[in-house]
Amino acid sequence: MNIATAAPDKSKISVRNLDFFYGKFHALKGINLEIPEKKVTAFIGPSGCGKSTLLRVFNRMFELYPEQRAQGEIILDGENLLTSRQDVALLRAKVGMVFQKPTPFPMSIFDNIAFGVKLFESLNSADMEERVEWALRKAALWSEVKDKLGQSGSSLSGGQQQRLCIARGIAIKPEVLLLDEPCSALDPISTAKVEELITELKNDYTVVIVTHNMQQAARCSDYTAYMYLGDLMEFGATEQIFFKPKRQETEDYITGRFG
Amino acid sequence: MNSTVQNGREVRYARRKRVNAVATALSMAAMAFGLFWLFWILFETVRLGLGGLTLTTLTQMTPPPNDAGGLANAIFGSFLMVLLATFVGTPIGIMAGIYLVEFDSKSWLATATRFVNDILLSAPSIVIGLFVYAVVVTRFKSFSGYAGVIALALIVIPVVIRTTENMLQLVPSGLREAAYALGAPKWKVVLSITLRAARAGVVTGVLLAVARIAGETAPLLFTALSNQFWTSSLSEPMASLPVTIFKFAMSPYENWQALAWAGVFLITLAVLGLNILARVLTRNKS
Repeated sequence: MNIATAAPDKSKISVRNLDFFYGKFHALKGINLEIPEKKVTAFIGPSGCGKSTLLRVFNRMFELYPEQRAQGEIILDGENLLTSRQDVALLRAKVGMVFQKPTPFPMSIFDNIAFGVKLFESLNSADMEERVEWALRKAALWSEVKDKLGQSGSSLSGGQQQRLCIARGIAIKPEVLLLDEPCSALDPISTAKVEELITELKNDYTVVIVTHNMQQAARCSDYTAYMYLGDLMEFGATEQIFFKPKRQETEDYITGRFG
Repeated sequence: MNSTVQNGREVRYARRKRVNAVATALSMAAMAFGLFWLFWILFETVRLGLGGLTLTTLTQMTPPPNDAGGLANAIFGSFLMVLLATFVGTPIGIMAGIYLVEFDSKSWLATATRFVNDILLSAPSIVIGLFVYAVVVTRFKSFSGYAGVIALALIVIPVVIRTTENMLQLVPSGLREAAYALGAPKWKVVLSITLRAARAGVVTGVLLAVARIAGETAPLLFTALSNQFWTSSLSEPMASLPVTIFKFAMSPYENWQALAWAGVFLITLAVLGLNILARVLTRNKS
């Protein structure tokens, strides 16, 4: 399936003929996709369609598992990130990721943020404090934790933990932020806060979000990709996908007749 | 129709309650049976041990038969050898455990290590004692504290490997992924994230290993042997509480028997303390 939908915005990531395998299982089949810069792109589709798999190729997360491999090209700022010339640590500093379940590190709130920063920069303590505050403010968490930065990250509520993870990702100043169903473990109020945050983040970052929640895709994203069984079925502006889908399958999924 | 369903339900529910009552009673009886012996042991230990325990027990050397004395050299010997064996065995055990989980967990080397470790874990401690006797004591032609430390360390290592491995496996893979996603190198992820997350469990494993070797007699009989005088030199035979208890308890002399009970009391107290400490650490974690 080859849908070369030209997005009018400048593209940050270009996926070209990407195939992905879990052992022998062919999980992504010839994906071609342009992710626009400083926009929110949503991946939707039924469970097992490959949307999280695709997301995990962008920061080469899949390489942690030896039986998984990717073929094809993913061009980030003109370089194919799947070649061995690309340093994985530097790639991940540029392409941050937030996971489905909140994963605070077993350390204080402050150190949770500082951990990633220390990997790439040596800041003095005043600059580090400033960076931590900046990241927590960006993630709309500062006012809730400013008096307890020394407390353990796991002492926070689920929604706060997830925003802590977002702050942690932002703190190292990536260019791309990958969000893998960031709200699926959160209550509606926390979800609303995170969604608001996503809309805000696109001023500075290219955001890619995987979601099961169609309303969330409609609310937060500028572009939407609908995937099914490892194929990219349709990709376009979110309004177009939701109001004038070109394919019958897309319409069936979005309207809930299938899924 | 409806009332038949209702009756059937009540009959089944009554039966379920009876089964529940029987199962509960049996479990309680089993627990009481176990606790009965445990408390009897503790009671006898305290009764006979406290009787033999005075300040001189802690300050004087092991005496000849029918003479006044204490256990100071045995307490010190046990303390020194257990401490050194823990210092030697813990880093090796933790590093091997990290290797088994974080690096190469499916390779043939890891599988072989796990298998050998299982054997070592269940090897009778007297076998380890004889091994160290053959390898160390016969070579240097002398029983020594060093040989005792080596034998005890060989018991610590498999225990620590096993607990470290189990505790690291409990760390959710999402936590590792999150650290890698920030661009952290592997050694940093292992040290700052996974090992840190498993910290309480690993420390507990080390404490339990210490509790285990504190009471081991067999590995010391052929290695450190015993010494009726005070020595802090590890190249000489060294006294320890378990071996002294073994020697004194088997003797016909009453003062030796009393000291043996005092030693039993001290070891029990130490092991109990270590176990409670281990419990407290794990509870704070969860």
